[in-house]
This record gives sequence, C-alpha cells and structure tokens, in this order.
Amino acid sequence: MTDKPTISPCLKVISASFIFLFFNIFNQTLFSQNPLQSNQSAPIYIPAPPTNVRAQDFKYDRGEAVEVRWELSADDTGSNFITGYEIYRAGEKSDSFILVGFVAPKNKLLIDKNVERGKYYRFKVAASYDGRLSYSEISNAVTPEMDIINWNLLNLFLVGLIVAGAVIYFIAHAKRGKKLFIRKIAGLEAIDEAIGRATEMGRPILFIPGISDMDDVQTIAGITLLGRVAKVVADYDIKINMPVSRSLVMTTARETIKEAYLGAGRPDAYNDDMVRYVTDEQFGYVAAVDGIMVREKPATCFYLGAFFAESLILAETGNSIGAIQIAGTAQPAQLPFFVVACDYTLIGEELFAASAYLSNEPKQLGSLKGQDVGKFLAMIVIIIGVVSATVSHAWGGEFFIKLSEYMQRIFTIQN
Amino acid sequence: MQIFGIWVAAFLTLGIISFLYKDNPWYKVCESIFVGISAGYWFVTLFFDNILGLFWRGITAPDPNYMLLVGATLGVMMLLRLVPSIGWISRWPLAFVVGATAGFYLINYFSSNVMLQVQSTLMPLLGSRFGQPVFSASLYDTIGNIVIAGGTFTGLVYFFFSKEHKGAFGGAARIGIWTIMITFGASFGYTVMSRMSLLIGRMEFIFGDWLGLIR
Repeated sequence: MTDKPTISPCLKVISASFIFLFFNIFNQTLFSQNPLQSNQSAPIYIPAPPTNVRAQDFKYDRGEAVEVRWELSADDTGSNFITGYEIYRAGEKSDSFILVGFVAPKNKLLIDKNVERGKYYRFKVAASYDGRLSYSEISNAVTPEMDIINWNLLNLFLVGLIVAGAVIYFIAHAKRGKKLFIRKIAGLEAIDEAIGRATEMGRPILFIPGISDMDDVQTIAGITLLGRVAKVVADYDIKINMPVSRSLVMTTARETIKEAYLGAGRPDAYNDDMVRYVTDEQFGYVAAVDGIMVREKPATCFYLGAFFAESLILAETGNSIGAIQIAGTAQPAQLPFFVVACDYTLIGEELFAASAYLSNEPKQLGSLKGQDVGKFLAMIVIIIGVVSATVSHAWGGEFFIKLSEYMQRIFTIQN
Repeated sequence: MQIFGIWVAAFLTLGIISFLYKDNPWYKVCESIFVGISAGYWFVTLFFDNILGLFWRGITAPDPNYMLLVGATLGVMMLLRLVPSIGWISRWPLAFVVGATAGFYLINYFSSNVMLQVQSTLMPLLGSRFGQPVFSASLYDTIGNIVIAGGTFTGLVYFFFSKEHKGAFGGAARIGIWTIMITFGASFGYTVMSRMSLLIGRMEFIFGDWLGLIR
C-alpha cells in the first residue's frame, strides 16, 4: 500500500491565489472592456465611416466653391465616439487626396472655397477619432461653374428696379422742365448767412470735405455743395481755404471752384492754392487743420463729407475760435458731435438732399424724388408688415400669418 | 535706442496736448513733423504697394496680368492735368472712379441699408418672438418693439423731402427727429467713453513708460 500524497496548507493558499488572479483577469478582459479604452490585447477602436458623400457645384457663384455633403457616421451619436470629420479632395483622375477641411461632429456639410472654375474634383470624408480615420466612399466628380445670374437676389433686384424706375421717371420728368417740389432744409438757408458773415468780417471761409476719397458718395455730395459755396464766395470776393487729405479730392475740388469762378465771371480771381493737399494720415490732417483754424481764424467753417474720429476735434476747435459752423455727414457715429458743436447740421440724407436742392439739376432732383418713392413704399411695407405680424402673433388667422411670412420673405437677403 | 524713442514720443505727445492751452511753437513743430512724416510715409507706402508691388511686379511676372495696364493708363490720364492744353483728359479717370464705385456699392448698401433694415422692422409689436403666447411677452420687449418699429417709421417720415412737415405728417417727423436725437445722445456717450480710453492710454504712456510713476 502506498500512502495518498498530501498537499501542504501553504501550497493550497498559493494555488487559490493563482486561481483568483486568473479569474479576475479573465473577467476584466471579457466583460469590462470599453471600446474607447482598449489595451494592447484588445482590437483598436475605429469609428464607422460617413456614407453617401456627394459633391455639387455651389449655386449662384463665380465657380469658386463646391458643396460637399455626407451622411453622419453611425458612431456620431453625441457620446464622443468621434472627434469630427476630415474632408479630402483630389483631381478627377488623381488618387492623391489632400486634406481641405475639418468639421465638428454632427456637421454634414463643407463648402470648399479653394477650387478653380472648370476643373474636376472628387471628395472623400473620414470620421476621425483620436487620430484614427475611417474613410467614406469617394464622391461623384464635380466641376465648379460660374452662374451669370444669382437668383437668390431676385427680390433685391425687383425692389431695386422699382426704386431705380422711379428715379429714372423723375429725372425724365425734371428734364422736361416740370417743377419737382422739395421741402426747405434748415441748414441750407444758413449757408448764405454764414458766407455773408465772413464777408462782413473780412475773414476767410474754411471748407473741409471729410477724409474719404472720391469713391465715397458723401464726398461727392460735399463737393457738390462746395460748388454752391464757391459761387457765392466768388460773387462776394472772399477767401476760401480748403485743406484736403486725398489727391483725387484736391483735383476735383480745384475743378469745382474753378468752374464756380468762371461762372461768376471772375476766372482771374481763381487760384490753385485755394485747395491744398495736406496728408492722407487722418490725425496728421487734423493737426494741420486745427493749426490753420487757430492761425487764420476763419469766420465760417463747413464740414461736408465723410468724417470719422476727427469730427469732434475739428468742430470743437472751430467752436473755440467763434466761427459759424455748418456740418453735414452720413456717418451715424459722428453726427452727435456735429449736432453738439456746430450751428447747423445736415443729418444723413439731408446732405444729399441739400446737394440736389442747391444744384437744381434734373438728375439730382429726380434721384431725390425717386428715393422718396422708395421711402414711401418702405413706410407702407412697415405698416402692413407690422400690423399683420402683430395680428397673426396675437390672434392668429391664416391670412395674416401668410401675409406676415410673405412680407418677411420679400425683404430677406439670401447669399 | 528704445529710451530715445520713448523720449521722442513723450516730447511729441506733450507738444500736441499743449494745443489745449493755445497755439504755440512747440505744437507747430509737432504738427509739422506729424504732417511731413505721414505724407512721406503715405507716398512711400503707395509707391511700393501699388506702383512697384502691384503694377510693376504684375506686368513683369512670368504670367503677366495685362489688366493692370488699364489702371496704369487711368493713372497716367490723371497726371495729364499737369499739361493745361490736355488737362480735360484727367476728368475721365475721375468719372470712372466715381461711377464704378457708385455701382459697386449700390448692391451692398441697398441690401444692408434698405432690405435688411425693413426686414428687421417687420416684427409683432406685442411679444418678443413668433410662436410664443402673446401674453407671455414682457413689457420691456413690447416697448422695445414699438420703439424700433415706430422710430424707423417716423425717421423715414423725417427724411421724406417731397412734403412739407405740417399737420400729422409734421408731428410724425418731429417724433422721428426726437428718436434720432435720443439715439445720437446714446451714441455720443458711448463714443466719449471710448475716447476716454484713448486718453487713459496716453496718460499710461506718460506716467508709466516715460516717467515710470505707474508700474
């Protein structure tokens, strides 16, 4: 007989510990595995790719953009299973795709604006997670084309057509010699008074046409008013001083004053030095004009044109020397300063209306009347739109709801 | 060199500020330096950016852009006013600039200053948003909407030049100019505060960078 082998208690404890450790590891590996927290032994998590990638020409542009759309990845569930989408582009027959954009999860559109008109492009989109990508199928080929007409702006065109038609009608009306009524503008009557004061005091007139160039309609309006001022100046034989900050404005102002002197029959009295270029630099120009003001002490200062941060500095200096000041600008942020510091201010469109009123030219008068038609239509639209919106909002009613939506749609600009 | 620059800047800053007392030689020096340097700076900038940078490099490039010659021709036409007998030619580029710019900006101004302005005014007077119960509207929103719609309408009345401001029309125009003036008041206060920050910036330079009294 042989004795049964015996197991020592120490060996039992060691064996039990190994079995516990084995089951613990087995359990963690099989049942507690998070796909996003994989270890070396688990498969690497790769998100599902986006699908149905299609590319189409961006509508109503100059052939400079392509619209890429796709369906979201199945893993784009809002639980941070993807970090975004990478969009790749290649030429028609090329397989070398380059990265052209990245969008956040839940987005399924990219507008690629780095394309050339007439060339073929294909796209593919990759869902990305932590540097790992899963690519979609390659999209259809697309060619950016230029669209001659932007139909999204049809409403803008039609409203513009109505106003432009009214302008053309009234210009033709004025050219036929019909009288167009324009109400008096308070600041304008002051122009003659102010020039008369300068004559009595024997002091010069200072005319500032703003600091914008001739491509600003406010400068053009200011120069038109200069024509009227220069005519009276030529009649009264007063000195006019006009420092400018733009070379084109200098050229135009000289032409305008020269014509005014010719019209007054005093071409010999005209001098190019009446209009002087100072500098294009905004505050350098202001420093020079302030110096001119305190040294020459003009009796009247005109500020008619486009003004910016220099408006109050100029108007305050003019005020300190006791000059009569007439200002006019369409810069909303600068108007308060002129209203505070000047004797008369032409607010916004009054500047353009004054220009038309004084010149009495059919084109300017007709434009002003045509714009009044536009304003009248805007007033009617506001009344109808606000009433229909209020009624539909408060009490409902299909008619008012549709009317309100229709009015909104007419004035909505889609780019 | 930096210390020298700070001293020059301080000298010029104080010179310009001295104008608040009265016109003086110090201000005249600073004014002349400012005007002279800025005019020279603009000349150099425009020459290197436009004539050399855009035009010359554009037409001497391997793939020349001959459209630049159109701009250059217009520029030369401007200079012809220096020749009195053919000075009238200089009016053509001027007309081109004025006309082209007016046409270019027409669409932008018309869409932002007309279409969007009118669209933003089309709102229910009672209530803040479409789709919300009317009685849930706060008094603040209702007053705000009335001010926007009423202010825009009466503002348009004020700028209507085809009718005298008399009677009810005149009353609406008066409300319009009051609305505009109140807006100007708010804008004035806002802009003055921004100018104060510019003054504070200069004072920080004087008392901090220059005198070292502020750390």
